Amino acid sequence: MLRYIGKRLLNYLVLLYVAVSLTYLLAATQLNPRALFALRQPPVPADIVEAQLLQYNLSDHVPLFERYWIWLSGVFRGDWGYSPLGVSVAEQIGNRMWVSLRLLLVGTLAGILIGVAVGAWSATRQYRLSDRTITVVSLLIISTPAFVIGHVAQMLAIGVNNATGTRFFEFIGETGEVGSYPLAWLVDRGQHLLLPTLVLIILGAASMSRIQRNLMLDSLGADYVRTARAKGLPQGKAVMKHALRTALIPTGTYVAFSVATMFVGATFTERIFSFPGIGQYGVDTITNRDINGIVAVTAFAGVCVLIGAILSDIMVAILDPRVRLA
Amino acid sequence: MSELVAAEVGLEAKRRITRGELIWRRFLRNKTAVFGAAGILFLLLLTLAGPYLLYWKFDDIDTNAFLSAPDGAHLLGTTQAGRDVLALAIRGLGKSLLIGFLVALISTSISALVGASAAYLGGWYEKSMLWIIDLLLVIPSFFLIAVASRGAPEGEASWLILVVLLAAFAWPLSARVVRSLTLSIREREYVLAAKFMGLSSFRIIVRHILPNASSLLIIDATLGVGYAILSETGLSYFGFGVQAPDTSLGTLIGEGASMATTFPWIFLGPATVLVFLVMCVNAVGDGLRDALDPSSASGGQV
Repeated sequence: MLRYIGKRLLNYLVLLYVAVSLTYLLAATQLNPRALFALRQPPVPADIVEAQLLQYNLSDHVPLFERYWIWLSGVFRGDWGYSPLGVSVAEQIGNRMWVSLRLLLVGTLAGILIGVAVGAWSATRQYRLSDRTITVVSLLIISTPAFVIGHVAQMLAIGVNNATGTRFFEFIGETGEVGSYPLAWLVDRGQHLLLPTLVLIILGAASMSRIQRNLMLDSLGADYVRTARAKGLPQGKAVMKHALRTALIPTGTYVAFSVATMFVGATFTERIFSFPGIGQYGVDTITNRDINGIVAVTAFAGVCVLIGAILSDIMVAILDPRVRLA
Repeated sequence: MSELVAAEVGLEAKRRITRGELIWRRFLRNKTAVFGAAGILFLLLLTLAGPYLLYWKFDDIDTNAFLSAPDGAHLLGTTQAGRDVLALAIRGLGKSLLIGFLVALISTSISALVGASAAYLGGWYEKSMLWIIDLLLVIPSFFLIAVASRGAPEGEASWLILVVLLAAFAWPLSARVVRSLTLSIREREYVLAAKFMGLSSFRIIVRHILPNASSLLIIDATLGVGYAILSETGLSYFGFGVQAPDTSLGTLIGEGASMATTFPWIFLGPATVLVFLVMCVNAVGDGLRDALDPSSASGGQV
């Protein structure tokens, strides 16, 4: 078993190394940091631009593989490089990671929980009015891109604020004006988190409820649930102990995966609500032709995906006795 | 005469319906799916006929109406530059539809060929294909497509590069599904018979394996259309996808969102069109899945 896990881990590491290297080569050929200085007023002398680019290993006058080698040896020393304007990439990722975490933790988890509950419940009521309503609503949400939902939520919140004459909903950044009463900072942060968290819950719950409904329908129709009923178990107990429990196994793997990948999954929400997180950083690095930055974001995302994959393997082992006892 | 009719009716009742008829009936029974198909047809007609029916072209500038609210002259209002939102939305809709269908077609073809050939040929070829699939799944495609499209040459045909990029990252997941399906198909008697008759591997894959995976491929292509449209508009929202002077629903929404509280029509028009489009595509996808799945309960009685 350990040997198997070790082999898989090694395969993942090679995969990650190749993926990040290819990203570096792509970014280094496609993004041109020199253009950043071309529009400066007053114009920057060419040799100063070259010196600055050389300093951060970004000059396209140096052969591509030489730059790659310098970058790679830096990464092995833990140095992920600098942006064309000299901002440390590792520092940015280190700070923004926690912003993303603060924004996403509650929303992602609550979205999954609500989605699972709603999906499982609507499966037990298949084709009734409540099930049909839930299906239609969740299909509508799934068909709406995250950026549309985010902006619509913002417009509605502004409407509520204007109607009540308060500033109950806050939707720009992590913090704003903090009052002078005790625990004011917590209230302020909570107010700023409220709207993006609602958006995340709506998005997550809609797709999760579809998945869970299908899983639950499969297990509700299984023979062992009928057996449980036939031997005299009440319907509620048969559903909770026999149907729901098996239907939660694939969900467990999905949850493990989505918790690990949530850092990079909310680019639109971060952008709309001005949270300076990882997703927003990824977009900014591309706009600002920051080669080292986008490669680091990609590597970070890759690590998240692989941790998610490993976690979901472990989750299956915990939840599924066939795997656990094998 | 009446006997003849009766005989005919009797025959009619006994005649077995073909698989195509069965699927068609099941699809028609699903009202949401029929509504979705009608909606897509309507949007297609709109993009084809719209430019001829509307007075304003998408790149016209009405210097008498900057940021004007919806009225008789501009049904959905105008943008800051004085361009007609309805004409822009129809233009963007056309782009999104074109990109969506092309990407779905290309990526489903790749996933069918790669998935089936990997399972059928096996060996090193299969291993390396699976490895490439894993590689493409590890990296966040959204950022990579954005990076690649930043450096791509600009001009009229730049959206074609976007199609290639979107398709290049869309196929891996379904290729895996096609592979696992092919693993069971390749052991069937008719595949073995074709093999022993000396047919080439390519012919066996195209003529004998893929037709038996067709329901999966059709569903995959339909859902792929929705996925491609959402990716394209998402990229365009950030300014990475379709480039000016051309427009996309994502570009319009991104532009309108910054002014959504004061001039909501620039945002609401294109957003409604986009949501309606994706909803129709998803409804058709769901309907096709129910209609094509042999174990589906949605068929009711034949």
